[in-house]
Amino acid sequence: MGVEGVRSASGSEEITAGRESRANLRQMLVIGVVSSIIGIALALAIDWFPVQASTQAEKIDTLYDVLLIFSVPVFVLVEVVVLYSVWRFRMKPGEELMDGPPIHGNTRLEIIWTAIPAILLVCLCSYAWITLTDIEDADASALNVRVVGEQFTWTFYYRGPDGRPVASPQLYVPVDRQINFTVQSKDVLHDFWVPAFRMKIDAVPGIDTHLRVNPTLRGTFPVVCAELCGLGHSVMRQDAHVVSKAAFDTWLRNRARGPAPRAGGGQQAGGGATAAQGKPVFNAAGCSACHTLADAKATGTVGPDLDTALKGKDEAFIRTSIVDPNAEIAKGYSANVMPPNFKQTLKPAELAALVKYLASVTKG
Amino acid sequence: MAAKLRAPGWYRSGLFIVAGVLFAAALVTAVRAAYGFSQPFEGSGGWDDDWQNAVLTVSLIGAPLFFLVGLGAFDYWFYWAAGRPTRPEDHSSHGAHSWKDYFRVNTDHKVIGIQYVVTSFFFMLIGGLLAMLVRAELAAPGSQFVDGNAYNGLFSVHASLMIFLFIIPVFAGLANFVLPLMIGAPDMAFPRLNALSFWMLPIAGLMMTASFLAPGGSFATGWTAYAPLSTDVPIGQLFFTIGVQFAGASSIATALNFLVTIITMRAPGMSFWRLPLLVWANFSTSLLVVIATPFIAASQFFVLLDYALGFNFFTWQRGGDVLMYQHVFWFYSHPAVYIMMLPGFGIISEVISVKSRKPIFGYRMMAFSLLAIVLLGFTVWAHHMFVSGMQPWIRIPMMVTTAIIAVPTGIKIFSWLATLWRGVLHLDTPMLFALGFLTMFTLGGISGVMLAMIPLTIHVSDTYFIVAHIHYVLFGGSLFTIYAGVYYWFPKMTGRMFDDGLGKLHFWLTFVSFNATFAPMHLIGIEGMPRRVADYPAQFAGWNLFISLSSFVLGLSTLVFVYNIVRSWRTGARAEANPWRALTLEWQVSSPPPIFNFDRVPTVVGGPYEYGVPGAVHGIFQPAGREAKTPQPAAVAAGETSRE
Repeated sequence: MGVEGVRSASGSEEITAGRESRANLRQMLVIGVVSSIIGIALALAIDWFPVQASTQAEKIDTLYDVLLIFSVPVFVLVEVVVLYSVWRFRMKPGEELMDGPPIHGNTRLEIIWTAIPAILLVCLCSYAWITLTDIEDADASALNVRVVGEQFTWTFYYRGPDGRPVASPQLYVPVDRQINFTVQSKDVLHDFWVPAFRMKIDAVPGIDTHLRVNPTLRGTFPVVCAELCGLGHSVMRQDAHVVSKAAFDTWLRNRARGPAPRAGGGQQAGGGATAAQGKPVFNAAGCSACHTLADAKATGTVGPDLDTALKGKDEAFIRTSIVDPNAEIAKGYSANVMPPNFKQTLKPAELAALVKYLASVTKG
Repeated sequence: MAAKLRAPGWYRSGLFIVAGVLFAAALVTAVRAAYGFSQPFEGSGGWDDDWQNAVLTVSLIGAPLFFLVGLGAFDYWFYWAAGRPTRPEDHSSHGAHSWKDYFRVNTDHKVIGIQYVVTSFFFMLIGGLLAMLVRAELAAPGSQFVDGNAYNGLFSVHASLMIFLFIIPVFAGLANFVLPLMIGAPDMAFPRLNALSFWMLPIAGLMMTASFLAPGGSFATGWTAYAPLSTDVPIGQLFFTIGVQFAGASSIATALNFLVTIITMRAPGMSFWRLPLLVWANFSTSLLVVIATPFIAASQFFVLLDYALGFNFFTWQRGGDVLMYQHVFWFYSHPAVYIMMLPGFGIISEVISVKSRKPIFGYRMMAFSLLAIVLLGFTVWAHHMFVSGMQPWIRIPMMVTTAIIAVPTGIKIFSWLATLWRGVLHLDTPMLFALGFLTMFTLGGISGVMLAMIPLTIHVSDTYFIVAHIHYVLFGGSLFTIYAGVYYWFPKMTGRMFDDGLGKLHFWLTFVSFNATFAPMHLIGIEGMPRRVADYPAQFAGWNLFISLSSFVLGLSTLVFVYNIVRSWRTGARAEANPWRALTLEWQVSSPPPIFNFDRVPTVVGGPYEYGVPGAVHGIFQPAGREAKTPQPAAVAAGETSRE
């Protein structure tokens, strides 16, 4: 047999080993500190988040940066010890039958690496709790918006100038005012999420859930359903428009009054709707997410291909198919997939324009 | 032929499956007739859907039981219960003499261990294939080749197979093989129960895989199967709901078996403080399984009752409570992540100590931290529900316990690092996977602590950040430990050596492509890509293509492993009894071990990891004739070395 025994085990070598060990540790400490600094710099340099559009987003992004600053050294510590051990202590030729020194433990070290992480974690939790309190801080003057999820769309309800509820398929909120969302679901679980606001909450059938957001940036941001809700889950996306207070008030007044199509820009009444005004409605109401329609360059596959399904159908059939989707189900598709609420969320003028538009582009 | 159909085995089980389905059809037809419900050929559309779904549901529950009876899993008990003479204990069902013995109800823990491991890897390959299909669909925005429903099915079956048919049972399989050997026992405490637990597993796996053939497609509600979505979808859902019951029952029975085996069947001198950490790990895991698994069984029974019999557990209009599902589900499924991790911790302790040629650092803290994780593991479940709409105050204690559970986990990581320190590191395949585990699991742990922080989770829950986190924990964590364990015990299980060169190739391919696949998911998740979507905005297209390409390399790297294992098993060099010069008992017997493990009962006289201690022994084989005596306390004390 070859050389059996313990690497540097004899008495005289023990002292050298101790000194060597301290030198090892010093070397590693330098490597660790340098790589931690580089790692933190790199981690902070990455553009992680989408656009910051609320006060909540600012606080959450800062929390993430703090977590990164704490995390990188932990990872570097593990990495440096592993790599250093691999480099320094790997078996060399002739050591095949050798053992390491029989170190069974070190109580002081074990107490240190139990206590320090525990203290750090409690500190992080406290900071997270403070952040949580900040981002959920309730403002009495908040604007109330009711969000109702169903397979596979969101509807947003506001209190109109006359006190009656106003429904909209698009989310409009004024900038620099807290919005208090009350979230509900008609069927299964959904999750109301605006990544730019960093806030989300499940829509749970049977109970109201709540979410507060203070938008700070004007613009249009995606509203995403984040909880698996069935086959159309991927396309359950709408838009959140953050606008000035004046623009919001105008929008709400128009919305409450009714006749103005949201996207068409004209002022005609329902009867005078034209096919040209229907195309923006088709896109704004989210039809393109599920349906294919060549004219609108829509390629959705959740629902029937409208170019073939509506071919040669009259306006009455198209209208019924929109407001009462379960009246007739296209072959190969299931009932209860298309939202049944378009009669509520579309203004009569919009609906009329959409019907005319669909009839005109599927005629041929 | 008639004799073959009467004897336990595949012919009889085939016959019994047919009988089971016919029984289900008869029962359903009779009950439906009694209530005046529709019958098979009523109506214009031919086959009646309601009748068919009812028969399918009853068959899913009943046919597997008929199959088990036909296979002979209950024969001994039935004979015994009926007062008929049981077949004599000639141990004819012990050991494997040809490959056919692996397809029988076999009571040898070594055979069952291999049955478990091979079956689990079979389903792992199917699950991996499904993951490739998921990534193929996601390679570009828009719809590639599956629609929304089929896509939801792909990732649902992928996750369910990987969790319930791979990670959980493969650990049970490895432990089945090595644990009795490690504690010096001739077998598990309940060999027949052990065989039954194994045979419930392929049932669950085939059921989940076969759900793609169900009318309306496979179950498509994720492995979490949240109600009320899961109570109102096509019949494929029940293939999950019922499949989980079989996987869960298998898991519970095995865990009980491990607990009794560990408590009662340790060799003389094998005190709890001399148990190898793999045994400690499986002891802890089994505690988790026995306490937690009934909860997922309950959650799926609720779904089954709502789905099939019109109960209203989750119908809010009738007083149902939707959030209740999540609480019951996660009360199992959070401990389940430790069920999928603690046995891996055990494997890593074995590999790192042996391959560093040093005693495990802080043995007792390693054992205590396992128990601490078991305890804390039951207090964190609602961190999966920070945005679920539950009562807000409960989030704070759940955040604190979630963060604190990182402390015992940290103790383990630091102790492994200290074990490496100044050792003589043998960097072969098992050790590479162990070190890969250390680094990757640390990343998964760090993102886990981040996810404990409620404000961040409000943003990233249900995004690809979560997908990244669970894959760092379950792939970078669990799967790396599984690979380490399979390579480490391969010589013992098969009597052959694996090809270390191919093993290293496998490691590096896996390590690099794993990181390339899952690291970018952190970024796209935070940027706003939700999980479980078949389609995504164009802004994520670049990263998704990169991830898909990396995942294909990751998939291919598995083939290196399969090739290495299959070839080495058939033609590898013969393994000696103890190729790693390890001290634990399984290495003190031949490879593969004798049919009853130990020709002489070993006596344990020292700790399992006394590397570097001159003349240290863990177990000795007493000379014949002295088996009856218990070890002398003096010998035990002399063999034990002080901790410092």
